[in-house]
Amino acid sequence: MTEKTIFELSRPNRKGIRFPAPDVPLAELPKDFLRENLPLPEVPENEVVRHFTNISQLNYSVDNGFYPLGSCTMKYNPKINEETARLPGFAHIHPLQPVETVQGALGLMYETQQWLGEISGFDAVSLQPAAGAHGELTGVLIIRAYHESRGDTKRTKMLVPDSAHGTNPASSAMSGLEIVQLASDKQGNIDLKALEAECDDTLAGIMITNPNTLGLFDENIVEACQLVHDHGGLVYGDGANMNALLGVYRPAETGIDVMHFNLHKTFSTPHGGGGPGSGPVGVTKELAEFLPSPVVAMTSEGDEQNPAFYDLLVPEKSIGRVKSFHGHFGIVVRAFTYMICLGKNGLLGVSTHAVLNANYIQARVKDVYHIPYERLCMHEFVTEAKWEDAPGIRALDISKRLIDFGFHPPTNYFPLIVHEALMIEPTETETMETLDAFADALLQIADEAKNNPDILHNAPTNAPFGRFDEVKAAKDLILRTQLPENYGS
Amino acid sequence: MYTPHTQADRDAMLKVIGVNELEDLFQCLPEKGKFPNLELPDGISEMEALDELQFISSVNETPQELVSFLGAGAYNHYIPAAVDSILRRSEFYTAYTPYQPEIAQGTLQAIFEYQSLISALTGMDVSNASHYDGATAVAEAVNMAYHNFRGKRRKIVLSNAVNPQYRETIQTYMKGMNLEFVGEDLDPEAGPDDLIELIDENTALVLVQYPDFFGRIFDLTKLSEAAHAQKALFSVHINPIALGLLKPPSEFDADIVTGEGQPLGIPMSFGGPYLGLFATKKQYVRKMAGRVAGETVDTHGNRGYVLTLSTREQHIRREQATSNICTNQGLIALASTVYLTLLGKSGLKELAELNYHKAHYAADRISTVPGFIVNPVQPFFNEFVVHCPAPAEEVNEHLLSRDILGGYDLGLVYPSQKYELLVAVTEMNPRSEIDYMVEVLEEEYHD
Repeated sequence: MTEKTIFELSRPNRKGIRFPAPDVPLAELPKDFLRENLPLPEVPENEVVRHFTNISQLNYSVDNGFYPLGSCTMKYNPKINEETARLPGFAHIHPLQPVETVQGALGLMYETQQWLGEISGFDAVSLQPAAGAHGELTGVLIIRAYHESRGDTKRTKMLVPDSAHGTNPASSAMSGLEIVQLASDKQGNIDLKALEAECDDTLAGIMITNPNTLGLFDENIVEACQLVHDHGGLVYGDGANMNALLGVYRPAETGIDVMHFNLHKTFSTPHGGGGPGSGPVGVTKELAEFLPSPVVAMTSEGDEQNPAFYDLLVPEKSIGRVKSFHGHFGIVVRAFTYMICLGKNGLLGVSTHAVLNANYIQARVKDVYHIPYERLCMHEFVTEAKWEDAPGIRALDISKRLIDFGFHPPTNYFPLIVHEALMIEPTETETMETLDAFADALLQIADEAKNNPDILHNAPTNAPFGRFDEVKAAKDLILRTQLPENYGS
Repeated sequence: MYTPHTQADRDAMLKVIGVNELEDLFQCLPEKGKFPNLELPDGISEMEALDELQFISSVNETPQELVSFLGAGAYNHYIPAAVDSILRRSEFYTAYTPYQPEIAQGTLQAIFEYQSLISALTGMDVSNASHYDGATAVAEAVNMAYHNFRGKRRKIVLSNAVNPQYRETIQTYMKGMNLEFVGEDLDPEAGPDDLIELIDENTALVLVQYPDFFGRIFDLTKLSEAAHAQKALFSVHINPIALGLLKPPSEFDADIVTGEGQPLGIPMSFGGPYLGLFATKKQYVRKMAGRVAGETVDTHGNRGYVLTLSTREQHIRREQATSNICTNQGLIALASTVYLTLLGKSGLKELAELNYHKAHYAADRISTVPGFIVNPVQPFFNEFVVHCPAPAEEVNEHLLSRDILGGYDLGLVYPSQKYELLVAVTEMNPRSEIDYMVEVLEEEYHD
């Protein structure tokens, strides 16, 4: 099944593109700086297109089938969003154009800030961060800046629950804070006693994911936020699981002070095989002046004769820039298209049906698959793939076997507090028939695990490739095509 | 609209779950604040949404309606049709990060080829699978240098001819690390060799841009030697199109090469999503942030690729990770992969030369207008500084009144440079556009 690499497809003097001949006199080239060797492949256009088309077909994607990858919200990506983002008036504008020539783009960004604020309850939103982890870094830097602005410099401790995404502690560490891990209680909620023990005058804040990574709405969230506030700390909300809360509950109401959204999860923008994402950050009124620069403001409301006017502003105590220009505008256009198509009721429908679908699968499999924290779940749930009568079976085996049934596996081995975790997030865009087929497969695999375990160990057998040797990859470290010495010269 | 459930489905599903109503699924949420009445409009059809977005986009003025010489970090280049044709394959764009390699070889091979192309272009040993953009790639270079010396070296020599937005981003990223930045207060006219005396045994990194923010090309040999003499790391930020023509930074013995990948087939899209290039020497691969794909074999002995070295990353190492980065720019990296493959060895060189010739023609022509001066000896690529007889802001206003985006007003970020205009010329500017700008300048600024 192996496809050649583009370098292997190359033949000297083939061309994939032609540019216009120069229409200006030729200038003298800078002799001292000229490159002698450019070892790039030489492939004609049709071979390039075939190559990438062929390798694309080795992928499983949402458009191929069910992709219940927990914590990733692999919902259907509406095609209209791809069209709107490519409209020439969006795709071809330069980020440094004078603001009067880009009022449409700025207005769209402003509206998106307003929608996200209304959905989440936050007073101000910045669209700058490029992805979820980038939003976390931004949020944590805002928390730091807030304490520093008050001269409260000893607040260096950030609490992170043991169920948190790995990006949470990594983002806090990057911003120079000290991480203290917090245990969860028996119901999978924040352990209030453990939290109280850490509440002192060095507390910068806490990073909370709600619903948490077990797919559960944290029943202690309001008390936890209150406790942190009482001790002078701030609460960061990881908005990765916002798909459960649209129109259902506004995170700001629970006491969260700053939160990122994942437009590439909740708001249907495609994951792109690992990005680009977009991680806007929402904050309370008290934190608005710390947002990264720039934010879009409406500087004149407009009337019947004149349209509203929008500008890019730097908040007063801004933490500064977190990237070039104004965020992932192309992704924002997609998310905005999605939101206006759905509207108020459609957004509520997203979350209620995401929760319905997750609970349905959970209900269908829970007699066979152990649910460590068995409650009604939110938009996802976590099961433990462990049976006494199938001792050699691991979550990985079940995942690989699901591939044979034509499904993408759930997230495995996360959250870390559940051994052999399988984290299942169906999303709202799946039909009952798909969910039933998936549940049936899970049940059949549980049966095979006990009666025919080899079929799991050898899986997948119905995929383009078998299991890969990951140890060899890390040992050999071949990270690029190996070229013959004189290639390209 | 995108939920397929019928009432019959809902009823059947709720029955299996054991509750009566959808609302019952939310019984553990606090009553106060549950199901808020959001002040948002009702949903609309796809047809209406397209209409609305078409209207909003039409309010913007694009370089198709304006003549544009604006660069300063984002460039208007031609994007071959085949690039978007591949990006629209939903096997690529609707897949997640390739955590299940058996069914993700498309994405993984594309990442591996991306790494191969970026390594080849920059002359470096290894590339990661991308950062968010040029600014964050540069910030990660500083972060890597800081950790390379385990926080013991705290000085960063930072040229002020590095894009000011990148320098701001570095400051934001590194706020908690208590670093000392030197070099930014030099005269903007200073070249790389003026940084040499700032390097000492406490220096972790020397960071420059090539061509620099003002479009200039300098020999970086001496600066690199001076950095290495103090055992500091040397990092060069590049424009990838320029490397079709110019020596790669490996020839200056760079330890890290970063770049803004936007010129490689990625629309300007009002500033993003773009592409952060990051490449380094093999000896630093374990200190590099971000995902990496490596070659291996499957159980049948077939060659394939997996994400590797993940013990550096946040999902394994948590607060000890080299960076917090998770989602990167997957699809945008794919765009640059297709682009670089299409252009290939001869196409990238041809394009770089075309940019070079057009920019030099423009510089020559603009220099003929009274009061407009371009440094006649300093080598540059496709962007150059024009000293104007009036503040650049005024020149730009005048040009805009004639539908020209003149360039970037350097006074916006360099207070001493209010009369300097940064002009970018690419293959998208036919000679007639250059002549038109010169004509408009001549009308206003004649003797």
